[in-house]
Amino acid sequence: MTLYGHHVPKMASLIVWVILWEIVGRFGLVMLFPPFTEVIAAMGEVVTSRSFAEAIRITVISYLLGLALALVLGIPLGFLMGLSRTADKLLNMWVNTFLSAPLSALVPVFMILFGLGTPTVVVTVFMFAVWIIVLDTRAGVRHVAPSLLEMSRSFGASWSELFKIIFLAALPEILAGIRLGMIRGVKGVVIGQLLVSIIGVGALFSLYQQNFQMAHFWALVLLLFACALSLAELVARLEKRIQYYAGERN
Amino acid sequence: MQLSMTATAGPGVPVAPVREPIVEVRNVSKLYGNTVVALQDIDLSFEKGHLTSLLGPSGCGKTTLLKIVAGLLQPSSGEIRVKGKPVNGPGAERAFVFQDFALMPWASVLENAAYGLKVQGIAKSEREDRARHYIGEVGLHGFEKKYPHELSGGMRQRVGLARALAVDADILLMDEPFSAVDEQTRRKFQEDLMRLREVENKTFLFVTHSIEEAVYVSDRIVLLSPRPGRVSEIIDPQISREISPDDLRRDENYLDTVERIWTGIKKYVE
Repeated sequence: MTLYGHHVPKMASLIVWVILWEIVGRFGLVMLFPPFTEVIAAMGEVVTSRSFAEAIRITVISYLLGLALALVLGIPLGFLMGLSRTADKLLNMWVNTFLSAPLSALVPVFMILFGLGTPTVVVTVFMFAVWIIVLDTRAGVRHVAPSLLEMSRSFGASWSELFKIIFLAALPEILAGIRLGMIRGVKGVVIGQLLVSIIGVGALFSLYQQNFQMAHFWALVLLLFACALSLAELVARLEKRIQYYAGERN
Repeated sequence: MQLSMTATAGPGVPVAPVREPIVEVRNVSKLYGNTVVALQDIDLSFEKGHLTSLLGPSGCGKTTLLKIVAGLLQPSSGEIRVKGKPVNGPGAERAFVFQDFALMPWASVLENAAYGLKVQGIAKSEREDRARHYIGEVGLHGFEKKYPHELSGGMRQRVGLARALAVDADILLMDEPFSAVDEQTRRKFQEDLMRLREVENKTFLFVTHSIEEAVYVSDRIVLLSPRPGRVSEIIDPQISREISPDDLRRDENYLDTVERIWTGIKKYVE
């Protein structure tokens, strides 16, 4: 970005918003917004508090569990749908439905089924993450060049060898699915905890809201945003390392 | 002696009978669904150590026939014999070279060239030695660590060729191997193939849609006609191997054969 001939880094626009926020806070224009400096100060307090450490621990655990479940079930399911027409016909509609459905509406149902605790949050993460992993894996498996499989077969490859070829050939799509699944999973863990609201970050949010500690509230929001963004960035980088062959398969 | 009968059906020059058939195609038909006849009653023998081209317009089933010989497709009826034994799947005595190269984009040139050996369970150091040898043989020495996306189309096909050579099959099945590379590379490639034939004592089955290419490289050309795919004519170009590649393209015999095949094929091309 350039401004009056000067090069301005992309993040510079953030400063404008931060200043605006500070002004709004200072003059008490909107009750919900304390000055930004106060939020930053509260951030230190939030990060060092014991309840934060506990909240992060339980959030990370439920997130990882839900994601692991989504990978372990999602990738094989995607494989099945990619390989078998019958399985695809049976499942495709449902997977697509779940992919676009507002899953938050289902969280109360999970609460009834799994109780007001970590299991519900794990299931929420799973439900948010799994469908895109299934669909991307399916797409990857479907797009494996037929000649690559014929090549493998022509040398007398076993089923496991063929499977390896399919997996590696579909890997770019599978990883794209995992990246999107991880991002959706973050939404899942936050929404799940907010609705359950007695554990993890969700509990912290309700605590701050009920006590009207808006600076703490916003500090937590900013922290979560930062976490989600860095996670997405991290996966995108991993993905780039194998992307060189994604477009090479015709 | 089915072949000699078919052979005399062609006009003019009689075709020598196959003395030592290494691949025999017996009454092979291939149907797709119940209506589309890709191949009908194909009866052919392929001479050991020769290069035989399957030539014909698109839709004549030449690739289908090659894949049936490879064991990648099952014939609807009839059988394939390799070295006298009926086969119904891929086997170590046949290796396939693909039109689109079929290289693994995640694997280096060396790993790609060694893939066939790996599948056959050859130990890593031995298969890499053999793969290295054939990578050199096809003129890719020094490219072992490169990846397919770093190579040109012609070089990629050389990797495909090295992979097929490395398993030391008696029969090389080549499906339009040069159709995806540019004309200059193609000529160089054809010359290299001729040279390779002298070095390696192998039988080649070669699918092409290029008449010039077929006449240039083949000992025998099997012309297929489309819908349904049948053998329409068998031609032995009988071009002296003594002539240099550049003279050959002006050779009268060469030009006559090209002309004769074109006359036979013309009626199938709109």
